Amino acid sequence: MRYMMIVKGQELGNPPQELVSAIIALGEEATKAGVMVGMGGLLPTAKAARVRLSGGKITVTDGPFTEAKEVIGGFTTYELASMEEAIEWTKRFLALHTEYWPAWEGEVEIRPMA
Amino acid sequence: MTASDIHRAIDAIWRIEAARLIAGLARMVRDVGLAEDLAQEALVAALERWPRAGIPDKPGAWLMATAKNRAIDQLRRRKLHTRKHEEIGRDLEIEQETVPDLDAALDDDIGDDLLRLMFTSCHPVLSTEARVALTLRLIGGLTTEEIARAFLVTEPTIAQRIVRAKRTLAGKKIPFETPRGAELAERLASVLEVIYLIFNEGYAATAGDGWIRPQLCEEALRLGRILAELAPREPEVHGLVALMEIQASRFGARTGSDGTPVLLLDQDRARWDRLLIRRGLAALERAEQLGSPAGPYELQAAIAACHAQAGTAEATDWIRIAALYEALALLTPSPVVELNRAVAIAFAFGPEAGLAHVDALASEPLLKSYHLLPSVRGDLLQKLGRLDEARAEFERAASLTRNARERALLLERAAASMRPAADR
Repeated sequence: MRYMMIVKGQELGNPPQELVSAIIALGEEATKAGVMVGMGGLLPTAKAARVRLSGGKITVTDGPFTEAKEVIGGFTTYELASMEEAIEWTKRFLALHTEYWPAWEGEVEIRPMA
Repeated sequence: MTASDIHRAIDAIWRIEAARLIAGLARMVRDVGLAEDLAQEALVAALERWPRAGIPDKPGAWLMATAKNRAIDQLRRRKLHTRKHEEIGRDLEIEQETVPDLDAALDDDIGDDLLRLMFTSCHPVLSTEARVALTLRLIGGLTTEEIARAFLVTEPTIAQRIVRAKRTLAGKKIPFETPRGAELAERLASVLEVIYLIFNEGYAATAGDGWIRPQLCEEALRLGRILAELAPREPEVHGLVALMEIQASRFGARTGSDGTPVLLLDQDRARWDRLLIRRGLAALERAEQLGSPAGPYELQAAIAACHAQAGTAEATDWIRIAALYEALALLTPSPVVELNRAVAIAFAFGPEAGLAHVDALASEPLLKSYHLLPSVRGDLLQKLGRLDEARAEFERAASLTRNARERALLLERAAASMRPAADR
């Protein structure tokens, strides 16, 4: 079954290089384990736009969204036998943040894919 | 977390860690069966401790340390006087004392060990069913129960199969190593055969089989992808992965809403999984870039890629497919290959050309009772307007098949070839 892990958090600027390297290493591990099937990095919200529908009106807001509580940081797709496995891989991903970027707080939403 | 939450988490951790754990232990104790037993003991310990103490930060390292301690205990308790066991015991103790960072120790050679484990679990000295069960258990991390359900047999049957397999490996003193030189090709073929067998078992699953049997396709794909990372310079490994990715991409389009199978050419291509097709094409490219003449898996993958890249059935590059089947027939001649080739020739060059090829097969002893031969012949005759002959062929095909649904379909085609074209 396919799961998408979507990272969300505050935008705190560029992550430290060690975290980036560690995330790449974890991705390699997941690839070697035959379970990671896709991923996407997202450029900072300075280049983003949000289009909102509310009260029947559509408004467009340009980034950056540094005040926003929650910004999507990136996503990966895994093929796994269970949600529990997805949670386990996600815990390992977040543990890298604890180790290399302790200031960061956020969450990963795991969604089974149709 | 509730107790059952923790158990499910432990199951998930097991599926992630089992193969590397067993591989690392196998290198140390030089016995795959013993390695698996030790790993299982570590799992039991985890099931006892973690619900109370919580799941450790590095569960893989915890399991490895626990298993190694068990190994040392066992070897001491057995008091075996062979030098080999004394040596192993001593090596383990030294490792325990001088390698505090167990994760680093795990990662260093783990790829090599995992490859050794795959070759061992797929050793040709074992029966095919034993190889399949052992591989799913050691590398896949599946439980005996999951394997039993997947192959529609009882749990004790699988348990026995695995016990006997481990005994055979020990009895024949199969070394824990990656084969080299002349042996490598044959041993690799054995591994690929096991993986593709698991895939086909899953692919053959029908709607009523629950989730575990189609899950076998994902399992096989995972094993293939792991092997592709471990043996990246082997083109047939990438060929097999490509074939499986592309075949798996059609899973959602294979059955109609009423559960009846839909032939490839009739499938709704919007339901083909584009992610898997992309991955399959990328794997095929890796195989092709390795340069050697294409092997059978790579050729089959290339044929599958032709279909995957055609937006519609009408857009299919049949000439290329016919050429690929010709190459495949040279490597692995078989009735199925020749018939598929005839079908491709018919699509590429017209039914007359296809018929000529099928007729050349008529005297093949292997095809005498193969129902698809008259079935294909009937189809081509029908396209050529030779309806009486077509009907006879469909009826002959119907008499040769043991599958009730297929017989019904063939008799329907026989009847249909009697009607004027407009009604067909």
